[in-house]
Amino acid sequence: MTRLSRQDSLFLLLVVFLTLATPILLQPFPEGSSLAQFNAGYPDLMQRFAIYGIFAMGFNILFGLTGYLSFGHAAFLGVGSYSVVWMYKLLGFNVVPGLILAVITSGIFALLIGYISLRRSGIYFSILTLAFAQMSYNLAYSVFTPLTNGETGLQVYGKDPQYLMGPNSPNSPHFFGLAMIDSVKLHLAGWEFTFNIGYYFTAVIAIIAFYIALRIFRSPFGLMLRAIKTNRTRLDYSGVNTRPYMLTAFVISGMYAGLAGGLLAAMDPLAGAERMQWTASGEVVLMTILGGAGTLMGPILGAGFIKYFENIFSKINESVLHDWFGWLPHGVQDFVVAVINPFVGEGWHLTLGLIFVLVVVFLPGGIMEGFQRIWKAFGRKSVDSSAQTELNPAE
Amino acid sequence: MDAIILQILNGLDKGSAYALIALGLTLIFGTLGVVNFAHGALFMIGAFCAVTLQKLMGLSFEQVDPTQKDFLGNPLKVQVPYVESWFGHDIGAAIIDWSVPLAILLAIPVMVAIGFAMERGLIKHFYKRSHAEQILVTFGLAIVMQEVIKYFFGANPIQTGAPEAFTGSFDFGALLGFSPDVIIYPYWRMVYFLFAVLVIGAVFVFLQFTTFGMVVRAGMVDRDTVSLLGININRRFTIMFAIAAVVAGVAGVMYAPILSPSFHMGMDFLVLSFVVVVVGGMGSLPGAVLAGFVLGILQSFASMNEVKAIIPGIDQIIIYLVAIVILLTRPRGLLGRKGVMED
Repeated sequence: MTRLSRQDSLFLLLVVFLTLATPILLQPFPEGSSLAQFNAGYPDLMQRFAIYGIFAMGFNILFGLTGYLSFGHAAFLGVGSYSVVWMYKLLGFNVVPGLILAVITSGIFALLIGYISLRRSGIYFSILTLAFAQMSYNLAYSVFTPLTNGETGLQVYGKDPQYLMGPNSPNSPHFFGLAMIDSVKLHLAGWEFTFNIGYYFTAVIAIIAFYIALRIFRSPFGLMLRAIKTNRTRLDYSGVNTRPYMLTAFVISGMYAGLAGGLLAAMDPLAGAERMQWTASGEVVLMTILGGAGTLMGPILGAGFIKYFENIFSKINESVLHDWFGWLPHGVQDFVVAVINPFVGEGWHLTLGLIFVLVVVFLPGGIMEGFQRIWKAFGRKSVDSSAQTELNPAE
Repeated sequence: MDAIILQILNGLDKGSAYALIALGLTLIFGTLGVVNFAHGALFMIGAFCAVTLQKLMGLSFEQVDPTQKDFLGNPLKVQVPYVESWFGHDIGAAIIDWSVPLAILLAIPVMVAIGFAMERGLIKHFYKRSHAEQILVTFGLAIVMQEVIKYFFGANPIQTGAPEAFTGSFDFGALLGFSPDVIIYPYWRMVYFLFAVLVIGAVFVFLQFTTFGMVVRAGMVDRDTVSLLGININRRFTIMFAIAAVVAGVAGVMYAPILSPSFHMGMDFLVLSFVVVVVGGMGSLPGAVLAGFVLGILQSFASMNEVKAIIPGIDQIIIYLVAIVILLTRPRGLLGRKGVMED
């Protein structure tokens, strides 16, 4: 196995640092200040950042590298969640068997769906994956009710066997005795930092997932996937059978999605069919594009961006706005609030849609392309460094 | 036998809606080569045109009615809609009752405006970009439209009634010699089916028998040659986009009494309509219409209890199952043209 290049090692270290320091970095405002509601350093949200980061990372291995737009990745997310909850029901609340099963089942699932869907490309591929995901969703609601518990959602009941449940095992998801919901709170001169076991568990998995994605991006396999995106016909003519590569990429990306789904169930021991709906597939598409498809960091940023908006931006309501613009004259204040109000709170989806349209129109490379442009405009140090950015876009 | 006829009838109205949306999608794809994920949102906006008109018609003011007394003996205050005070009681009441069909008159200019704005403002810049990017930008646009509607009308479905004359059901069985009350079919669904046939027919006549339509069809086959002949084909394609938007819009208007409009109805229909388009064959107008009706009817057959007893859950997945089989066995769909998106 070859070693990572110096640049990549630094990059990996940076990601490790950022992930581990998230509980501090996302808590920039002291408790009780008026900006404290922008703090995102609470366990639930941080776990979502990491989980959806994994989801988007996996989606990016398929879409970013090969250009095949799948509209059915939510199916794998749902399969992962169901697997983990089933392991809770059968074995006990340790998350490890569940996560292993989640990756395996979603991999098998992806193999089946991918084998069929990859016979076509372009929009037909999108429709095929969409059709499979919608079928899974509809079946999870109706016929598979014994497996999925239908509309109620799958959850753990007292009468479940839980064979490996020891007398002292925690009664919630745990990692060999470390309960996911436990956390250490640190008060520091007005600031409050929460270090949550669930978050760190998720974060370590996310770092491993990131490392694997990095290796895939840099491997000959990754190069082959990029070649498929550039010109598949030419590859076919030069005698390369592209389908095994595509299928491998699809399965890997499905396994990432299954892992993310499993972690969602590790956070909260529930699994519902709505995780498989096509809107969830649409969400991961939004995340990847918004961050920058085909870049390593982009999808993670995109996932963080959307989840942050969903949780923080949606909390702003009219009275908060009035607070902020209290310094304006009364009439102007009302006007400004009335103008901004439709875009925040309940209406954050509107803002998201607008941002998304603008990004697709003006910044097809997403947030990462934005960074790159800023970098080019201001930070050009030497010809050498700019040449490097050209070669490795957005890293 | 009677059950089969009933299921065919049940499939027709849903099939009509699929066919109308799929027709518009195919028009846009065949002319501009753009995959429009916002088409379901156009259908939804059409339905909300009906809601808007019904609400506007319902606007009323308070008036003292000297002929009536309330229970205390005072003159009764009644709500009189403005429309009734302007046109007299009978005509006003009729207008309110018929507000859904009348909403077509509102929907046409609205949809033309939205269609033009969308095409000139956004889609125009995406002719040359990949299908994936077209899907993404129109998907984003659909979210925006959906949220704007949600902001004004709220998240709950809004019930919108059909005219009084069409609220009953028609006993179809009696007409065909079956025992009464076996095959009954709501009038409005029949109206919807006839309306859909009319609209589809109009689009085909327009394309087939007018000079404009001939030029558009020529452009669909070979855009460059038509441009070389000195015809401004882009302008005509923009007009076709607006027409497709109108078709989706009026389909939505008339569907409002069948399914109470809510802001996400467009997305629900869009996913199915895309499947319909792909089954019919990308770029084939007859294919889209045929596939719309076939899938609508298949879906209603699959929801029969007899069928569900044999294959449980089939009603939930039949459309997708058919789509998968068709896509894998007939790369061009049912009636797809040779050379259009075959890979």
